[in-house]
Amino acid sequence: MAAELTDAAADSAGRPPNAALRAWRLLSAQRKAMAGGGIVLAFVVMAVFAPWLAPYGPTEQNVMDAMQGPSAAHWAGTDSFGQDILSRVFYGARSALWIGFASVALGMLAGVPLGVLAGLRGGRTEWGIMRLVDGLLAFPELIMAMAFMAVLGLGMGNVVYALALSFVGPFARMVRADVLQVKSRPFVEAARLMGVPERDVILRHVLPNIVSPILIQAGMRVSIAILLGSGLSFLGLGVVPPTPDWGLMIAEGRGFVSMAPWMSGMPGVALAVLLVGLNLLAEGLRDALDPRTRSRH
Amino acid sequence: MASAVQPRAFFSTGTGFGRVLGGLAQTGLVLWVVSVVSFGFLKLSPGDPVTVMLGSDFSWDSYDKLYHDLGLDLPLPLQYWHWLSRFVQGDWGTSYVSQQDIFEQAVLQALPVTLTLAGLSLLIALVVGIPLGVLAAVRRNSWADLAASAVAIGGNAFPSFYLGVVLIWIFGVTLGWFPTMGFVAPWEDLGQGLWHLALPALTLGAWYVGLIAAVTRSSLLEVLEQPYMDAARARGEPEWRVIWLHGMRNVLMPLVTVIGLQLGGMLRGAVMTEVVFTLPGLGMMITSAVQTREYIVVQAGIMITALLFILVNFLVDQTYSILDPRLRKNGR
Repeated sequence: MAAELTDAAADSAGRPPNAALRAWRLLSAQRKAMAGGGIVLAFVVMAVFAPWLAPYGPTEQNVMDAMQGPSAAHWAGTDSFGQDILSRVFYGARSALWIGFASVALGMLAGVPLGVLAGLRGGRTEWGIMRLVDGLLAFPELIMAMAFMAVLGLGMGNVVYALALSFVGPFARMVRADVLQVKSRPFVEAARLMGVPERDVILRHVLPNIVSPILIQAGMRVSIAILLGSGLSFLGLGVVPPTPDWGLMIAEGRGFVSMAPWMSGMPGVALAVLLVGLNLLAEGLRDALDPRTRSRH
Repeated sequence: MASAVQPRAFFSTGTGFGRVLGGLAQTGLVLWVVSVVSFGFLKLSPGDPVTVMLGSDFSWDSYDKLYHDLGLDLPLPLQYWHWLSRFVQGDWGTSYVSQQDIFEQAVLQALPVTLTLAGLSLLIALVVGIPLGVLAAVRRNSWADLAASAVAIGGNAFPSFYLGVVLIWIFGVTLGWFPTMGFVAPWEDLGQGLWHLALPALTLGAWYVGLIAAVTRSSLLEVLEQPYMDAARARGEPEWRVIWLHGMRNVLMPLVTVIGLQLGGMLRGAVMTEVVFTLPGLGMMITSAVQTREYIVVQAGIMITALLFILVNFLVDQTYSILDPRLRKNGR
């Protein structure tokens, strides 16, 4: 936000942005990315070291202690099965991060080549690919993921596949647009005219120039993927119990809101903090990598 | 936010009347792809529709007869054609679970609920978001500016299904101001209907408020630097006229763009909000159909949402030329 405010102040005063201002922008973009990165890193640590950090097992049930509020023994309280919520929140970071990063990586793996192919080939190939992508994009992403879950069946792996499939379209469309832009630049034409083989034109001249928009898009998608993944679990169409998953935990706590609000509250706070972290990181990344957004508000 | 402000071209080709026609042709093509994907979904879904319909106790004779009656012995393209012609005529089959006509269930019962929820949320978001965005742009670094960014960050961090539970806890359980579940149609009982929809619409609208405020703010900041704003001030027009007439006129386009672009987010939120508050809308219908493995209902749901998506995108594209006269000039 700070970068945007400074921008606005400078522009409305009619001054051209000077070097100090540019440096400040980069720095503040970095601060944003650093803050977001710190949060995300904390969750990664949480996920990786969950077995050591968690005071209890994630599915350890103790019916005698069911639905207790936060206490010294259970910092975040217990759920209706007497499972320790803090431990489940720690382990839940695993499923959230895995779903977020794996589905975006898979979606990129399929979408980027499609976009590159469409952008470089043009003609009938491009037409065919883009109409297919149009068709895919006509389905709202959550509805599409739900439909895939219906066909594939429940479970963590299938959540990743379903989300990945719904990300193919957006990646393909964006990459194609970027490729078209890069393709029209003189250095690509020059390389072609010099007789550089097609493969090298793609690898050396086109791809390096579309890496940063792809990274920016990927960063934004990870938080959407985590949101969709936990949403699917919430709807009962994602990860199956008793796997510790924040969406599932929020859904389980929903029925006990009046008696044990911490059951939904704790995993929800974890999800909200992680999403803020990811958004900050993605925005910082965008501000740092994409000079175009820096000149705007 | 900057990337969201660029007008996009989902269907646009050419200008003027040709643009509309081109848009229709493109839309037709997308519709066709959508119908093939939906049909493919039905064919890919696990399980045998015949055994599902007959139940556990059946003879092979009745199996073969139904298999034939359903047209499952025909080649795929022909099956697709039969399915499509029935679909277009509104003959969507009968639900195994509720024994209800699916067209009636989806289009006449569920769709109006979802549309009401979405419309009310959008209304809340516009009524709160636009003034907030204008205030944030006009008084930069003020409390309004801070509030606008806080709402934008919060809206992204609190998914509808979590925010819904939190609102139920605060306003439903603790304060007891609003009902936490159930749907009363506002067209049957306006007061009761709006009272029941208050929390769901707030849940779904909250996320939109931040987005709309952010777009209004950033677009208005750009507009404020334009010479025509100074010209309007120089003519002695009062400040409110300068902002709301000359300024906001030019913010409408990025606003419409964002509303169209974020339709996916709106539907995503609507599905989750409906499930949180047990509203009998499309999201609830699709969710329970996936759970009971009723694929023809799921397919009806994805077809409707896709059609809705395409329709809104088409309308958004057409609105551009209404909002921006420059886009009309080249047409004839």
